[in-house]
Amino acid sequence: MSLLASFVVRRPEHSTTIDLDVEPGRVIGLIGPNGAGKSTTLRALAGLARISSGEISLDSHILAAEGVHIPPHQRDVGFVFQDHLLFPHLSALDNVAFGPRARGVRRRTARARARDWLERLDVGDFADRRPRELSGGQAQRVAIARALASEPAMLLLDEPTAALDASGAMTLRTQLRRHLSEFDGVSIIVTHTALDAMLLADRLVVLDAGEIVQSGTPADVASRPRTQHVAALVGLNLLRGDAVDGVVSVPGRASIIAAEQLNGPAFAAFPPSAVSLYAGRPDGSPRNVWSGTVTSIAPHGDALRVLIDADMPLLADITPAATATLGLLPGSRVWASVKATEVSVYPA
Amino acid sequence: MMARLRRTAPCVLVATTLLAAAGCGGGSNESSGAGSSTTLTVFAASSLTGTFGELEKTFEADHPGVNVQVSLDSSTALATQITQGAPADVLATADQSSMQIIVDDGDNAAKPVSFASNTMAIVTPPDNPAGIKTLDDLDGTDFVLCDPSVPCGSVAAEIFKNAGVTAKPVSLEDKVTAVLSKVTLGEADAGLVYVSDAQAAGDQVMTIDIPTDVNVVTPYYIAAVKDAPGPALAGDWIDLVNSQAGQQVLNQAGFGPP
Amino acid sequence: MTVGQTSGPTRGRAPLGLTLPAGVALTFLVLPVIAVVVRAPWASLVDELSSGEARVALRLSLVTTSISTLACLTFGVPLAWLLARTAFRGRSLVRALVTLPLVLPPVVGGVALLLALGRRGIVGQYLLAWFGLSFPFTTTAVVLAQTFVALPFLVISVEGAFRASDERYDDAAATLGASRWLTFSRVTVPLALPGIVSGAVLSWARALGEFGATITFAGNFPGTTRTMPTEVYLALQSNIDAAIALSLVLIVVSLVVLALLRERWLSGVSA
Repeated sequence: MSLLASFVVRRPEHSTTIDLDVEPGRVIGLIGPNGAGKSTTLRALAGLARISSGEISLDSHILAAEGVHIPPHQRDVGFVFQDHLLFPHLSALDNVAFGPRARGVRRRTARARARDWLERLDVGDFADRRPRELSGGQAQRVAIARALASEPAMLLLDEPTAALDASGAMTLRTQLRRHLSEFDGVSIIVTHTALDAMLLADRLVVLDAGEIVQSGTPADVASRPRTQHVAALVGLNLLRGDAVDGVVSVPGRASIIAAEQLNGPAFAAFPPSAVSLYAGRPDGSPRNVWSGTVTSIAPHGDALRVLIDADMPLLADITPAATATLGLLPGSRVWASVKATEVSVYPA
Repeated sequence: MMARLRRTAPCVLVATTLLAAAGCGGGSNESSGAGSSTTLTVFAASSLTGTFGELEKTFEADHPGVNVQVSLDSSTALATQITQGAPADVLATADQSSMQIIVDDGDNAAKPVSFASNTMAIVTPPDNPAGIKTLDDLDGTDFVLCDPSVPCGSVAAEIFKNAGVTAKPVSLEDKVTAVLSKVTLGEADAGLVYVSDAQAAGDQVMTIDIPTDVNVVTPYYIAAVKDAPGPALAGDWIDLVNSQAGQQVLNQAGFGPP
Repeated sequence: MTVGQTSGPTRGRAPLGLTLPAGVALTFLVLPVIAVVVRAPWASLVDELSSGEARVALRLSLVTTSISTLACLTFGVPLAWLLARTAFRGRSLVRALVTLPLVLPPVVGGVALLLALGRRGIVGQYLLAWFGLSFPFTTTAVVLAQTFVALPFLVISVEGAFRASDERYDDAAATLGASRWLTFSRVTVPLALPGIVSGAVLSWARALGEFGATITFAGNFPGTTRTMPTEVYLALQSNIDAAIALSLVLIVVSLVVLALLRERWLSGVSA
């Protein structure tokens, strides 16, 4: 039940090029900025969009190729939509039973199977409710049950936690983690949330402007992001430039001194926690020092995350006490420093 | 200031145009007689279409400035409309019972006068697809009659009774011109219409005579309507219909003497 | 507008600029109906209506309009679906053609039907020659005439309803394994049902009132082709009271049907 997808979807404004080889049971996290081609990819895999060239095959069955397009209802693919898209005129139970029934399962068997899935997703109590009587999280779980009830070979999820609040999202995430690990088909999940990407995916694929720009385990991608999008997603400061003896610089803009010796095109990344702020120019060991203006301050767990407009945009995590001491407000001028040893550099 | 003018100017223009149009609309009725209008409204049975149309031209030539409006429909419908207050000056019916409707209501200015008579004939499409020669041949074909509630229908019913024909038509139309059009369009195999209608249809139909011993002669009546806008003109019209010229027109169209 | 009221409209009373014209519209619509009720010959009502003609005409009207409404649904809903959900060349032309009977005077429609399906019609002549089928003067012709004038109402209402319902539900159904037909019958139609119901009501009402095309194409015979409107028209020529009584019957029947249709069914139970 493995997925081999190597295709291009060409649109008037842009095109998306995908190359994926996924083993059964694996969960791929597809991340990237808006318009990168993530939804296009999912729709092409589901058969809701045609590919312009290439091939998609699932479990050795060809789903799409040159001159071949298997329509969605003949593909063995389950889809969980961002806003659940549960049929409003059917109860939760009938929604979940819809897939099996469409595939010819007898009514009673289908409903029993549906009830079973609802229980598994912890929404068994809501079997007879209409979608509009469910909360966002409940509805999304019903949607997952609905997709899984047909026992598809591949499961596609389009930002499943996006429409939920923090606690609802966490509940759903936990559920999903369990079910995705039990699911023996291929899962592909599109997400904008770091937690989804980190907790649910075995591998992350980063799309930008229709191209795959990075691929690796969540840990790899998170510690060595290659795009601003991922850096922002995981909360890292990132600069891409040219390294000369460990100094990564972008001419006319910023330069960062790192501890490792590296030459050539490179990324320099450091976490917000590594940034220290001062009222005046600091002296002492840190070799990276910049001055800038505070753009915004937002709570971030126990700390405050400060966005600073310097040679490069900087994210700094500061304790509330420090913020008060420095008298930081949007517009305040501030000095920031990062130790070279805290900066990781890696080839671009 | 300019913006305000721009908005009000069109409104003023529209209002003025509307007022002018309303004023013009009422201005065409100039009196030429003592308090009479220049329109003569004649309600006539639809079988009088051709003849009254011709007389209309004659009348308008003799009475310059007068416009004759002939309204054609079944006699019963027209009579009923007059009892409801329809603005007719003259009523001409295809039988006595429909004229009786306005007499019973007291709407006639003077005693109605018979001005012509009519008999009926069978008409078929030119190729006579059902091969009809007599009234008995109508049985089993798609033939059409007028509804008994209108003159041409009650006469046809009487003819059938006289001839002992019990065949049922496929449609009962509300006026004789409707019967004729069903036949000329080829939708009906045959129909019973007035001899004058058959004659007027010419090549569009084949006419089959009904034997005189079963045929019915119906008198046509004409009367001026009481409290009509132009009593003098109404009288003139009735005189024209009864005159030698008028009678000749009716005769040539197939009508019989009154 | 009094500030601080705990009941009443939250955004203030309806403006006079709207209630006044609305009142005029309502009065204009209701006044003629009230006039019929007021002028009805209540004393002789039973006599006027007990003649078999009224019952026969009413029964014919109800039977034919039921059949034509069913025909409109059977053929109109698929056409509406095609117009709403598929893209084909000439789609806007087809839509314009569908609305044509709406602007045709009914008598013209009747003449057109005769020219197409009459005994000498461009198609009718072959139907007659090959199958012995002739439509004029039959009850079938009544149904055909009614369907002709009522179908556009249904197609337009239902197309609107299909357009309004979210096409993404169709996507969801497809991913769950539903073929296009299954999606249509299990998802698209149920979600568009209120629109379909009101379309059916509209076309039924139009069929009930249909007169010009019927009398031209089907003819006028009691029990076969003389529907209620034709009966009223005929009665009007000689017996005004009978005509009013028959009109009253038609009004009552229509009101009963409309009252039975609860607003809930018409306004929708969709998302």
